This record gives sequence, C-alpha cells and structure tokens, in this order.
Amino acid sequence: MAATEAEITEGLAEIVNEIAGIPTEDVKSEKSFTDDLDVDSLSMVEVVVAAEERFDVKIPDDDVKNLKTVGDAVSYILKHQD
Amino acid sequence: MNATNRTVVVTGIGATTPLGGDSASTWEGLLAGRSGVRALEGERWADLPVRIAAPSAVDPGERIPRPQARKLDRSAQFALIAAREAWADAGFTAKAGEDASVDPHRLGAVVASGIGGVITLLDQYDVLKEKGVRKVSPHTVPMLMPNGPAANVGLEVGARAGVHTPVSACASGAEAIGYAIEMIRTGRADVVVAGGTEAAIHPLPIAAFGNMMAMSKSNDDPQGASRPYDADRNGFVLGEGAGVVVLESAEHAARRGATVYCEAVGQGISADSHHITQPEPSGSGIAHALQNLMDSSDIKPAEIAHINAHATSTPLGDVAEIKALRKVFGDDVDHMALSATKSMTGHLLGGAGGVETVASVLALKHRIAPPTINIANLDPEADADVVRDEARALPEGPIAALNNSFGFGGHNVVLAFRTV
Repeated sequence: MAATEAEITEGLAEIVNEIAGIPTEDVKSEKSFTDDLDVDSLSMVEVVVAAEERFDVKIPDDDVKNLKTVGDAVSYILKHQD
Repeated sequence: MNATNRTVVVTGIGATTPLGGDSASTWEGLLAGRSGVRALEGERWADLPVRIAAPSAVDPGERIPRPQARKLDRSAQFALIAAREAWADAGFTAKAGEDASVDPHRLGAVVASGIGGVITLLDQYDVLKEKGVRKVSPHTVPMLMPNGPAANVGLEVGARAGVHTPVSACASGAEAIGYAIEMIRTGRADVVVAGGTEAAIHPLPIAAFGNMMAMSKSNDDPQGASRPYDADRNGFVLGEGAGVVVLESAEHAARRGATVYCEAVGQGISADSHHITQPEPSGSGIAHALQNLMDSSDIKPAEIAHINAHATSTPLGDVAEIKALRKVFGDDVDHMALSATKSMTGHLLGGAGGVETVASVLALKHRIAPPTINIANLDPEADADVVRDEARALPEGPIAALNNSFGFGGHNVVLAFRTV
C-alpha cells in the first residue's frame, strides 16, 4: 500500500535523524537538506538509498539533484512510489 | 630569526590507547605496569591462529556523536579524540582563527597511520558482497584513504598551512612528528598538530600478520604475550589507538603564554635497504638514524637519560635496536633507562610513534621511566639498562629522551625531546 504524504515526511525525518542527527521535529517540508539539515552530497546518497528501501521507490542519480528540500523529496516519492 | 633553525617545543598532548581514553589514564596505566592485552572472544576470531589483541580502552563511539562517527573510519575516530585532547591541552579554545592566538595559515596537521582505513575497506566489501552495490557507503573513500585521519584533524582545528600523511608502516606516527618538527623549523608553520593512529583489529590483518609469523600466538596468556627483551619473546601483539602532540615554535608558544612540556629537539631518519620486513640484524640501519640525529642536532649522549624503545617483542628486532644503540653511544647506553611500553599497550603500528611520543614527553615532565613488563628471563643479548617491572625515577637537571620507531620496509625514525 502506498504511503501517505504524512507517512513519507515522518519516514524521511527518521532517516535524516539517523544519518545527520537532526531532531525529527526539525525535518520539515520547507527545510533544505544541505543548508538546514547538515546533509551534504555524500550523506544525501545515504538518504536516497534509505528512502528507496523504505518507500519501495527508485530515485535515479539524475533526479537526486532536484531534491533540494524535504518537500521536494516527499513529492517525488508520492508521485513515483508503486 | 633564522627561519631554518627555529626551536620547536611540545605544548599539548593527547592519546587514546588500550590503557585509557586519554593521556592521563594511559600514563597511569604505563606507570602501574598494566597490560592492555585481552583475549579476542567469539566466533569471528575462532579460526585465527592469533586470538589476542590490545583493543582501545574506550569505545570511540562514546566520544564522538554518531552522525559524525559514522562518516569516520575507526582510525580517524581515534585520531580525532587524541587531537581534541592535545588541542585543548595546548590551551586553544576553538579552531584556528576563531581562537585568535593561532593563524589558520600558520597551522598544520600531520597525522599518519600505517595501514589506513582497513576496517572500513573490509566492512564495505562485505556490504558489497552481501547487500549489493547500492548499499556501499558513499563515505567509503574518505573513510579508507590513508590521509583521512590527517584531513579530519586538519578540519577540526582549521589547519591551512598544510595537511600531510607520511606512511612508513610502524614508523609512520614518528615520521609524522618528525615531519611536523621540520615544518616549524623551516618556517612553513608556527603550530602543527601531529601524531599517529591505527585501527586494524580485524580478522584479515590478524590472519595476515599471523601468517608472516610476526605475531605472538600466546593465546593462553594474553597479558604475558607482549614481552620485549624476554628470552622467550615470540612476536608482537596488535594494539589500536592514537597519540597526538601539539608542536609549536618556541617563539609562538612564548608569545601566547603557552605551557611548554619540553623541546622537540629533532629527528634522525634512515632506511635499511636490507629486506622488505626483516630488520637488518646488526642494527646498522638504526645506528645510521641515531647518528643522523646526533649530527643534525646539538643533543649529547651524556644528556640522554631515557629511551622509549621500538621493541615490539620480536626475536630479531628487539636486539638489533640495542646493538645499534651500543654502536652509536657505546658505554653511554648504561645511563639510558630503556623502556618498552609495547609490553603494555601492544603494538599500535602507525599509532605507536604518536603514543610513545606522548609517553616520552610525560617521562620527561614527571622524570619517570615507565616499566617494561613480562621479562621473566632477560635475553642476554639485551645489553642495556632495561627498566624492568617497576617504573624508575630519572635524574634531575637537563635530560633528554629518545623515541625510536621502525617499520616494515626498513624505515627507521628516531625522535629526540629535551627538558626546558
């Protein structure tokens, strides 16, 4: 069953918390991974791989650069999940 | 000021070792003659011929927050812990620039390891095989590269004068400190954070060193296995951890009112050109390094009161070092209290020169030579004043200490320190 927007946001918050140590409540839609959440380009690869596994979605490398904010990632996953 | 001959001093020390998570607890363990060697228990080690090692006393994961620790190889974690202690001990309150007493462009970092991020490399190969390409960590390359510890320490303190990683197996840590002394002496930097680190307690390196017949297989007696100078010594015991010092031009240290431990007088370097792993048995390569130290500095044999020997507990190496000391210093060896601290810490490979420099600096500060433990029968060929069983007081007045480190490949590095 596909995840809801709220479930995806919550799941991404847990992933970002695990990888960058940012409190889950600070991982909000408008936050930038790089500027606000201490997720650099290498750690972003980890976020993507964890999100692919959790939400059963493929995020090609070429699309990763478009995922600037948490909201970008949530929308992408909503649209592409099976 | 002669920029090619500036006096260099030690103003900070830090360590994390099998005996303790900082330099004070390590020193306490050394003076007490405590062994950091343990049995390696569990299925992972069961098939190995060697099932003993000297693991770090403190899990680095307790000292570095998980988001940062997961991007650092264990060797870089140790280096960072030791460097933070040394940096604070030197009296710096923030990274260079934020702490105005040091200019980032005049600050260097030279941190070495003998093997690099071998645990990361092997763990990630397991991930590749078991979970596939996609799961290999994107942090793998910066974690396994041998300059990773130096680069991370450089980032931590804000070093912009240069960050370096000399690699010479078990001489790496000492070579790093020697390189740092030269950086300051020649005017490239005013302050350099320098030392060595290693984290290689993993079945593959242990299998490999074990198959070389370089390691002790005294699995039934872990604490007695590392026994330099004992007639029945049978190889080294692998240890892990890091030792780091802050080196500084005497002028810079005085200007900011830093507390000075001792002078870093200089170094002597040579290469055996004899065999890829075996030491030249007469000690001629080591003697050449000692002679280079004497020729390139104003140190006198009469003032050398203590030597932290390389002595790893191998049959050939321990004796070759003493032969070299006799060749260069003759009867003066009789007043040089010789300590083999690897009898307690095990052999930290590229970390050894760092940890043993910290021990040498503390020996001068407290005027105490740490003991060599586990000598039941002194090898008759160990013709030197070996400090056995108990720590020993060193003389009053101006004294110097040497720290010897030699590595596979025939690398010989001797460092000299002197009271101020």
